[in-house]
Amino acid sequence: MLRYLPHTEEEIKEMLETIGVDSIDELFQMIPERLRISSLDLGKPMDEYNLVNYFRNIGESNVSMDKLRVFRGAGIYNHFIPYVVYNLASRTEFLTAYTPYQPEVSQGTLTFMFEFQTMICELTGMEVANSSMYDGASAMAEAILMAARLKNRFKAYVAESVHPEYIQVAKTYCMGPGIELELMPFDETTGRVDLKDVDFTDGEKPAALVVGYPNFFGVIEDLRAIRTALPDDVLLIVVANPLALALYRAPGDLGADIVVGDGQPLGIPPQFGGPSFGFFATRMKYVRQMPGRIVGKARDLKGREGYVMILQTREQHIRRHRATSNICTNHAHSALMATVYMSLMGRKGLKEVAKRCHDGAHYLARELISSLGGKLVFNAPFFHEFLIRLEMDTKYMDEKLREKGFLGPLPIVDFYPRFGDDVALFCVTELNTIDEMNELVNILEAIKNGDI
Amino acid sequence: MVIFEESKRGRRGVQLPESGVPESELDVEDHLIRPEEEPGLPEVTEPQVVRHFIRLSRLNYSVDTGFYPLGSCTMKYNPKVHEFIVAAPHFTHLHPYQRQEDVQGALRLMYELQEVLCEITGMDAFTLQPAAGAHGELTGMLMVRKFFEVRGENNRRKVLIPDSAHGTNPASAVMAGFEVVEIKSGEDGLVDLNELRKNVGGDTAALMLTNPNTLGLFEKEILEISEMIHDAGALLYYDGANLNAIMGYARPGDMGFDIVHLNLHKTFSTPHGMGGPGSGPVGVKAFLKEFLPVPVIVKDGERYRMDYDLKHSIGKVRSFYANFTVLLKAYAYILSMGGEGLKRVSQLAVLNANYLKTLLSRRYKLKYDHPCMHEFVLDNEWLTKNLGVKTLDIAKRLLDKGFHAPTIYFPLIVHEAMMVEPTETETKDTLDAFARAMFEILDEAERAPEHLKEAPLTTPVSRFDEVAASRHPEVAYRRKEVAGS
Repeated sequence: MLRYLPHTEEEIKEMLETIGVDSIDELFQMIPERLRISSLDLGKPMDEYNLVNYFRNIGESNVSMDKLRVFRGAGIYNHFIPYVVYNLASRTEFLTAYTPYQPEVSQGTLTFMFEFQTMICELTGMEVANSSMYDGASAMAEAILMAARLKNRFKAYVAESVHPEYIQVAKTYCMGPGIELELMPFDETTGRVDLKDVDFTDGEKPAALVVGYPNFFGVIEDLRAIRTALPDDVLLIVVANPLALALYRAPGDLGADIVVGDGQPLGIPPQFGGPSFGFFATRMKYVRQMPGRIVGKARDLKGREGYVMILQTREQHIRRHRATSNICTNHAHSALMATVYMSLMGRKGLKEVAKRCHDGAHYLARELISSLGGKLVFNAPFFHEFLIRLEMDTKYMDEKLREKGFLGPLPIVDFYPRFGDDVALFCVTELNTIDEMNELVNILEAIKNGDI
Repeated sequence: MVIFEESKRGRRGVQLPESGVPESELDVEDHLIRPEEEPGLPEVTEPQVVRHFIRLSRLNYSVDTGFYPLGSCTMKYNPKVHEFIVAAPHFTHLHPYQRQEDVQGALRLMYELQEVLCEITGMDAFTLQPAAGAHGELTGMLMVRKFFEVRGENNRRKVLIPDSAHGTNPASAVMAGFEVVEIKSGEDGLVDLNELRKNVGGDTAALMLTNPNTLGLFEKEILEISEMIHDAGALLYYDGANLNAIMGYARPGDMGFDIVHLNLHKTFSTPHGMGGPGSGPVGVKAFLKEFLPVPVIVKDGERYRMDYDLKHSIGKVRSFYANFTVLLKAYAYILSMGGEGLKRVSQLAVLNANYLKTLLSRRYKLKYDHPCMHEFVLDNEWLTKNLGVKTLDIAKRLLDKGFHAPTIYFPLIVHEAMMVEPTETETKDTLDAFARAMFEILDEAERAPEHLKEAPLTTPVSRFDEVAASRHPEVAYRRKEVAGS
């Protein structure tokens, strides 16, 4: 413990003399006697050597994804992360800086945030992005709150095919302002959101509709058709996988009003689900209702270009109870990792990663159909995840695959019981080789034939 | 210069591993296919990326480069070994939907952290889910709301918040659907019990309090406050931003607080990362346990598991479970310190604050001249009046002297506030040097006050016209230029 605490006994004495008290305890006299405790029961301080061993020993009881062949996604994905991402992110001038309140000594932070915002705008096809939210789920929830403020309506539609955990989080956030969430069904054959029975003229209009792009089933929604079906004054909120946006048309070009999502696929390790970051982008006309920090270009007294936080009057530290959100601490450092990742990948690299994911998933789907008689649940375009019916108990399959060193596809029954226990959500990324896909198919065949 | 300006068509910074997978046509409708020239990301090589971001890093001030006395932010040293510990694949490469047998180590560490946080705060149960302090506040206030809903006391719509509170408190209360009633602080900077009595009643849901408060003062009448709030049937909420002052001396749970949020990135030394990710665990007394977000981590015999079965849970506040690696760093810190170490932390944090306060009070004016805890507030209004020098000018001049500025213009009840929190990891020599710099600035102010308006002079850029930047927001590198690169 002393390794971080610099005071010598002599210095402490000098300091106490300067202050004019006899002991450190005297400085705590404002705390009522009856509240005082003498110590915390937390054991002895641990030295660095033992600390590292303690975490290693416990950590090694985890079976991590690098020891498994991974075909599971469902919100957290197994992608290649170039070493440079870790290396640059570990620069402590980034890691140990605070929110850039003093722009003159924070241009590193502010410049990368401006680049990050630009990259998110490029991916989403929107005009303004903030410099990060906690995660995709809370970003989606904040998008619904923002839409409700903009439209002054207390109802929103959410496609049932959006990540189930995101919907749960949105429900929690909507408790406060009392926004009613209504789930929109998906078409049983395509898996795409189904608005044909929705009468927008009947009853209270929603502020927004939320759809996934791709949705939780991996299906690419037809955003243009959705926009056309929506009344003009109902906002379209798109929850996107940012990697998919390298291949599929930008939501901003297809009529989206707010685009949010989780940035984990952009160079952030899985980390048991966090921290990643949320991104949040919208049209310039809505900027004053946006949550979170926004960085903008500015000129200094000498006319030099630089960057500052702008429109802070939206934020809690100025506007307090009238702020657009309570968010303060965000996920800036994760956003830095993504900025480095996207810089390394560039336009072509990101397209290539996304295409590899897509191609792998489509190859595997074809194999599962031809070798195993698998039936895709939906007849619709998909990105790198798909739902398939395999005529085997997926929980049993999961156990057997794990024995063979796979983190297999996700049994969907816990999330959507209606599909039954023989449907699984497969995910393929650029890290899955053709050999391991073929092996996976072979094992599944053996399971199906009762050989395992 | 932004990275886009270095872009040339055809450059790349990554080579992907071979997968051997045959290509497939995109099976989507034509209008859903992204044009080849999009998205407009930069096209650069690895060395260009490295030089660019290293250059940016050198434009930043950070705890590792110097003294960062930001009040209410607890910018203490962040141990490097924690980064090493959490970089191992057995922590970074865990999938949230792995079977629980395969993540027992992760669950065990989370469970142990819940337990030590209970001990440190005197609470009975913790959720580790919230991603930040404000997120913890929202979680806590939603629990308050649900608690009264379950009890059928839907009339409790008001949340009382002192005027010295962090801006997140009122913002969080409003997000949870409450109406905020601001409580004026007394002359001494503490909660005025008479003011409180006037406002508390059958419509009160909670009082949100920071203790020590944002002025660095301990609310010594906390037990009376607690009694008043509880007698009215309301709950008491603790903003843990300032916990660094009292560890091993007092616990919010013993003071009568029902709900507590902590900022692991403040008190427990996880790096601030330019604004996050942090972590804002929330602790509750036993009677509120069933209201926590799901899942909580429980121990059955020798096995750890996620428990989703809480009767009145507010639901989920984020995807998956927590900012897991941030939690590990905080837990590593707590283990490194142990009980006696954490107490020492608070002792030295308070010693440093009082020492620096004493030094500065020789020539600066204090808003409240009594013993402070871990931070204190200077009131520079006299300087503004006498010399036209504002707190902002002093802050900017400090940058020239090689220091980060303290928090300025907060708390709002002090007009020319400068809020200083030195933390325990700073040496006496650093504090002496900071005080000298502050006195030099005062000399300059007396000699040539107009000169300070130009500060900072030695930083890579000088003061910005922030008003103009907000009036005509330019928030992204122009797309046209990107596409043409």
